[in-house]
This record gives sequence, structure tokens and C-alpha cells, in this order.
Amino acid sequence: MENNLKKVDIIFEVDEKVSPISVLDKTLKRSPDEIILDLIDSGLKGRGGAGFPTGLKWKFARNEDGDTKYVICNADEGEPGTFKDREILDKVPEKIFVGIAICGYVVGAKEGYIYLRGEYNFLLKTLQKKLEIFNNELKQRNFDFNVYLKSGSGAYVCGEESALFESMEGKRGEPRNKPPYPTVAGYNSKPTVINNVETLVYTTMICHIGPEKFKALGTTDSRGSKVFSVSGDTPIPGIYELELGMPLHEFVNEFGDGDAKAIQVGGASGHCVPRKKFNDTIIGFEGIPTGGSMMIFNSTRSMYNVLHDYLEFFTEESCGQCTPCRVGCQQLLKGIEAVKRGERPPAYLEDLKKLTGTMKIAAKCGLGQSVGNPFNSIIDNFREEIIY
Amino acid sequence: MSKYLVNLKINNMPIAVEEGTTILEAARKLNFRIPTLCNHPDLTVAGNCRVCVVEVKGARLLAAACATPVSEGMEVSTNSEKVRVSRKHIVELLLSEHNADCTKCFKNGHCELQDLSSEYRIGDHVFMDLVAPETKIQDISSPSIVKDDSKCIRCQRCVRTCAELQGVSALAVVKKGDHQKISTFLNKPMHEVVCTNCGQCINRCPTGALTERNYIEEVWNAIYDPSKFVVVQTAPATRIALGEDLGIPVGQRVTGKMVSALKKLGFNKVLDTDFTADLTIMEEGTELLTRLKKALVDKDETVVLPMMTSCSPGWIKFQEHMYPELLGNLSTCKSPQQMFGAVAKTYYADKINIKAQDMTVVSIMPCVAKKFECERPEMRDSGYQDVDYVLTTRELAMMIKQAGIDFNKLDNEHYDSILGESTGAAVIFGATGGVMEAALRTAYEIVTGREVPFTNLNIKPVRGMDGIKEASIKIKNVKPEWAFLEGVDLNVAIAHGLANARLLMEKVKSGEASYHFIEIMGCPGGCLGGGGQPIPTSPEIRKKRAEAIYSEDEEMVIRKSHENPEVTEIYKHFLGEPLGHKSHDLLHTHYKPRKRY
Repeated sequence: MENNLKKVDIIFEVDEKVSPISVLDKTLKRSPDEIILDLIDSGLKGRGGAGFPTGLKWKFARNEDGDTKYVICNADEGEPGTFKDREILDKVPEKIFVGIAICGYVVGAKEGYIYLRGEYNFLLKTLQKKLEIFNNELKQRNFDFNVYLKSGSGAYVCGEESALFESMEGKRGEPRNKPPYPTVAGYNSKPTVINNVETLVYTTMICHIGPEKFKALGTTDSRGSKVFSVSGDTPIPGIYELELGMPLHEFVNEFGDGDAKAIQVGGASGHCVPRKKFNDTIIGFEGIPTGGSMMIFNSTRSMYNVLHDYLEFFTEESCGQCTPCRVGCQQLLKGIEAVKRGERPPAYLEDLKKLTGTMKIAAKCGLGQSVGNPFNSIIDNFREEIIY
Repeated sequence: MSKYLVNLKINNMPIAVEEGTTILEAARKLNFRIPTLCNHPDLTVAGNCRVCVVEVKGARLLAAACATPVSEGMEVSTNSEKVRVSRKHIVELLLSEHNADCTKCFKNGHCELQDLSSEYRIGDHVFMDLVAPETKIQDISSPSIVKDDSKCIRCQRCVRTCAELQGVSALAVVKKGDHQKISTFLNKPMHEVVCTNCGQCINRCPTGALTERNYIEEVWNAIYDPSKFVVVQTAPATRIALGEDLGIPVGQRVTGKMVSALKKLGFNKVLDTDFTADLTIMEEGTELLTRLKKALVDKDETVVLPMMTSCSPGWIKFQEHMYPELLGNLSTCKSPQQMFGAVAKTYYADKINIKAQDMTVVSIMPCVAKKFECERPEMRDSGYQDVDYVLTTRELAMMIKQAGIDFNKLDNEHYDSILGESTGAAVIFGATGGVMEAALRTAYEIVTGREVPFTNLNIKPVRGMDGIKEASIKIKNVKPEWAFLEGVDLNVAIAHGLANARLLMEKVKSGEASYHFIEIMGCPGGCLGGGGQPIPTSPEIRKKRAEAIYSEDEEMVIRKSHENPEVTEIYKHFLGEPLGHKSHDLLHTHYKPRKRY
């Protein structure tokens, strides 16, 4: 895929003079607490979508007692419309490795893992080779840390951190009850930091450029930049690193085909923003947070079909253990089909919206909790397309 | 280390509980019952049905009360608007994927989902029916367990039971999303997989997805068939639990009432499996002593020790699948149920002048594996199927209700004679450690001429609910013919629940432990916690049932198997001697290795 980056160049920047490993060397000379303070100061929030402050996460794990801790890079990029981690893994894997190693140094872990999406197995061999070189570099430095690769098997839910641990432990990929949270009991029930690919690269880069340069970008609530996967009805699909906090209409002006009627922000589990709201929607934690997926739909698209596809996806990808998600997804899917066919009155959509309210607060993990995002935003804004 | 107390409020009522307590447990202390489905006192926490969600002040999400530990200052509401709406939704969702044809369900009136649905007055629920027609075809391949996927609500209690308590994992979760279901290896029928038929899954299934294969109609038909002479035998553990299904509190013995009810139902003779439990002790005790003699005196290297009990058909099938290399360790004795069938259709039929082909033998068992056992091809030594039908304790309770008998008002009656006499040793077969205790009471006395050196014959070290129990008894001052046992420490071990059995088998295989005799019961607590016993079950309930069993033992006049006069009689007039020719033909069996998949 062609790099056609706009505005910011942190993630994919290749500086011939500063190798990622030299960033590690520089960072290992500092104290873990200093590094944590820098991360907190930078305002970096998790780039997987949930947006938990990275520095805090590392601090919690560092404060846990115990000799065995883990660092895990979540490369199970499964959100429909998201493909930026794949590019990062392909282009700048060393920056990820360094982020994992720095985290290991900070929290006191000796093992790091990259949990690679099953569909990305074509990257496995190359990554493995590069990892061997990297692990050797660590050995030469007498830094007691190794990074390993684990391959997923294609379940969307395994991107959920606790389901990912289960999968790594060889069990069915099903989310766990929380608490305990990963920093207390994660992989193998040991304190674990789990970060998205992009987040780990930002930690490397913050250690390199310092928190000031990072937080100069973005807004108060959404510091820094972010890599976006732009797809759908756009003449220029691809991966772009952009400042956070941009108004959606600017994004549409740049990437749309002039006929955009809706943007699905944050993938299938995100929100659908209709044209009339482009002007007052901010992309960032103060507005609509996103793991990076931006899907553009123009007026030729049926929003019923879009929603139907999403619901089919969730119905299939729910792990199936909890009632609100397993049965709720099926009811939403069958429900809009019944309304479309005229077997249920349009008012049935209100019953289904109430159901998403329950799913949002009673489902066990983020999967079931977020199905209401696309459902409600599409129903509310494109009701006529659903009914008729 | 003492635990910290955590202060919280539930529905505005303050309470302090130990850290680590769940919201569910804390609420119970305040007398707030939070509904649950996937939660079970015998199993690990799953938190997947979400019926127990509660609202915690300040939290974005509702919390699953069963899976969420309390924290300081927490303010919980168990019945707020959010909770009520969500809980009702969740029950409605479960009903939408559940074949709610309740009137046709075997569990009608005994279903936790039905109870919840009634509690929340879910009448005309709004959601679409998701039950696929193909799931309505029941798996009736097993003679013990019926699996009906259309009733399954995916709470996974059965899966956890099979894995955690039994270490078998015949049932597992397969696929995901809308295709997720509880299935067997390669979705094979139940009779083709490693299922041991223990029925522990049935005891914990909240709905009618897993039930026993019921033979109530067959038994009614036999009773009302004038050409059939129908005798019924009752297992030790049935008498201490039957009452639970008939409005009598847990832990109350109903032996006399049960006999009375069986007579009223129309059985021609009401007899006792306890009799053959005593017979089992004679055979098994002798077998043990013979094996010991061959090993210690004759130095016969083909003799296999430790010897293991063979009363529990779930355990037998487990061993056939999982440890076929240890089948030689199993006692060749049939279970008391099967000894009864073989003796009933030969010795007893002869005594009462009934032809074996005209006799129907019905068993009342705390067990569903017994239904499989009676159909084993090895169990036809009388020339006919020795035991014709096996009913669970639960099925008997249903028959009593169907017959319109007010169980509480029944008088106590006695078993018919012969084959109705029993001892305290036979009664305790119903509890884990009971067979061991009964065997020791007899074997010790045979060898030394004295009673076992325990106060009031109560061999406490082999009792109780520890998963694995070990004991060692020094044999001293033996009779001359048992001189080879002088000074020997007889090492025994007891396990109940197949997960514990597996642990013990691994110890035996590795040679880490050197036992002479091992008792294994397939179900937690032994037969008193059997898969055919009244539902619900819990550690507390099983403890009460055990107390009932031991109190029955204490009240018996005769408490040692070898003193049962009917046992003496049958050896004198029919069997000859333990392990004799006739015993060999009727009372002993063999086992077959089975594959694990």
C-alpha cells in the first residue's frame, strides 16, 4: 500500500541517523519513573479505541508486586475498516519492538509478546526474522528481555484484551470477568500491560522526541496524532497520520468524493455520522473516539445494507458466552429484517433501541457493549432507509 | 492471615463483609436474593448469563453480582430501574432462544428459567423466536442422559461440571456467536463419546436441556401387566434424599415411608439393594484378602494391587475410557444393583416360585449411570436382562405424585423378606468412604476375629467430604490362617468425583503411592450426590445427606455385612462361599477397554 501521509509523520518516519534501537539505548539510561512521567505528561491515550492513558497503565503494572510480568502488543487488528496496524507491522516493526522493550524495562517484565491477527500470518516469517535480530541486540546489551510472536486464529473477540489472554493460554477466546484488570492479573494471571501496536510505537517516539513535541499536537482531551485507515467512497483510500481533534467536515473535504452522506467512525463498532452532523463532530476523545477506521459512504449506499452487514458480523463474531451479546445481536439482526419485510411495525425499532441500552451496560465485554453504537446512530439518522 | 472488612451499602443498607466477598454473597447476607442462572455453588464463577447484574453507583456498566468482588464504599442497587429493565431483557432474550414449550418439558415445574420468567411476569415477550427447528431433535442415544439443545441457555454449568468436578469434558462449548452451543467431540451422539453417564450435568442444568432418560411409563406398564411379577430394589442413598422432592426438608430419612409408597404403587415385592451391598462386601472383601495373599505369600506377580471398588458405573466407564491399562485393578464384583438383579432372577425367583422370564426387576437408584449399567451385555447372567428398568430418586418421586399418594402421611413399613434385610454397613455405601468402611469392618474381623479398633465401629478417617482421603490401618494379632498379614499396614485411599479419581489414578500410575485398596465413587459425595438425586445439589445439601446416612447406620441393629442373616443364608443354601463357582457366575463381571474418542 502506498504511503500517502498527511500532516504528521511520526509513526512511519524513518530517520537514518536515529535507529529505533538507539532510542532504546537512550531510554534505558533513564529511570522507569521518569519514563512514566513523560508518558503521562504527553497525554498519550491507547490507540486501540478505548483510550486508556498509557502512562497510567504502565504505572499500575509497575506498582504490582511479582517477579513475573508480561508486555503484550495487541496486533489482533480485527475491527472492520481498520488496517493501519498491518502497515505499521510491515513498515516499522522495530519501533514496536522497542516500545515493548521499554515497557518491559519500566514495569519489570522479562517477556513480551506480539499477538498477531490470524489473517496477518503472511507477516509472520518476516517479523520472526526481525525479532531474532532484535532479541540478539537485547542480549548483546545484557538486557534480560525477549519478545515472542503468537498467532491468533481469526476470532474478532480475541482483540478484547482478556479474550486475547485466554487465546494465548490455549483456551477458547472468551472475555473474562473484570476486575481483575490486566495490570493486576492478565496473561497467565500475572500483571500484564497490553497495548495496541500504534500505542507502542508512540511510546517509542515520545521517548525519542519528548512529550512536548507530542502534546503540541491535537487538543487538550486528545493529545498527539493518530493513524487513520480511510476506506469506502473515497478517491484516495489508505493510511494517514493526522492530528487528533479535527472537525469531521475537514476530513470529508479532504477524503470524500463530494457525495459523502455518512462516515462510519471507529469501524463497525463505532458511530455513524450523517452529513448534517459533519460540521459539529470532532474526531477525538471529546467527540467521537476511534481506533482509526474511517469508512465513507456516498449516496449510492443503502444504510440498511450497511447496518445489516455490521449486525451479521457481530452475530457471528460474538463469542457467545454472555446473553446480552449472543442473543441481543441475533435479535437486532432479525429485528431489522422483520421491520424491512413489514412483519414488525416500525415502532419495533424502538424496542430494539431499548435492547441496545441493556447490551451497552450488561454485556460482558466491549463487543456486546458497543453494538448499540452503529445500531442507534444508523437507525436514528437513516430510519427511512431501514423501514422502506 | 485475617481478611480486611470491606464496608459497602446494598440498597442503602450498610454491611461489612470480608474482602473477596462477591456482591451476590454480600446481598444474601442482607436477605436480598439476586437471581442467578449460570452461578452454582459447586462450580467456578462464569458470569455469563448476566441475570445477576446490579447497579454500582458511579460505574458506567452494570456489574455481574456473582463475579464482582465488593470494594470499599461501594453503593449497590439490586433493583434499580436500569437493573430491572436489563434483567427483564436478559430473561426475555434467554426465552427467545429457548424452546419454551414448557408443558411438554420433563422439567416443567422444576426449571430455573421458568421460575425467573414467572417471577418477572414475562408473558407476551416481544422478541423473535430464535429456536431453530433442527435443535428440537433430542439426542436420545444414551440410555442415561437426554440432551435437548433447544432448551439450552448456554449457561455452561454442564460444561464446568463435566470439566471441573468430573475431569471428563464430554461436553464442551463449540463454535461462536449465534452458532455457539454445548456439544460433544465432533458433535457425536452422547453414547459414542467419553460421557460416563454420571448425570452430574443433569443435576446442574437449570432447564430441561439435560435430563435423565425416563422409564416411568415402562415401569407403570410392568406394574399393571398381570403376567409380570415386579420386584423393586432401592439403593442406600435413595432413602435419605427422596423426601426432598416430596416436600420434606433436606437430610431427613424416609426409609419406611419410601417402602410404604412403593407397596402402594403396586410393586409385588419391595426389596433392598442394601442386601446385595452386604453381599458385595463379602465378595469384594474376600477378593481383596485373596489378592493380598497371592501377592504377599504366593509372590504371584500377576496379582494386581491396589484393588479398586467397582460399585459405581460412572467410575467404571470412566476407567474403561481413561485408564484401560488399570482395568485389572478393578474388583471383578458387580455393583450391588447388578448382584441384586442376578440373584433376584435366580435364587429369589426359585424361592418364590416365579419364572425368571415373568419377573421384572426395577431399581430405584440415586444414579443415571445405572440405567446404562443394566443394559450392559455382561449383565445378563440370569439368562435374561438381570435388571429391567432403573428409575432415579427423582422419577420415583414423580411416580408417587402421579399415583396421588400423600407421602407425608404414609406410615413406615418394612422391606419384604427375603432380600430385604440389611445392615448399617450397607447403608453407608451411599456416602463417599462408605464401601471402604463397610469392607474394613468385615475384613478386619475376618482376619483378626475382633471388631475394627474404632469407637462404635465408626471409622472416621475414611469419612467426610475431602476429595481424596487416605488412611492406614495396622493389622495386629491375626488369626493363624492370616499370619501373612500380621503387622501389615493396610493402606487405603478414597476418592469421589471423577476429577479426584483422576488425580488418584495418576498417583497410582506413577507409583508415588502404594495403596492396597481404593474406593472410588463417580459422583461428588458418593451416591448421595448422585446424578439421579433430587435437584438442587450443593456441598451443604450433600453434607446433610451424609449426616442422615450415618445416623441411619448408627440406628441399625446389625452394622456389619457378614452378620446379615440373609447373607449367611444365601451362602449356605445357594452360593456356597464367597468367590465360589456360583458367585463367579452370577456376581462377578469383566470390563472392556473403550476409546477416548
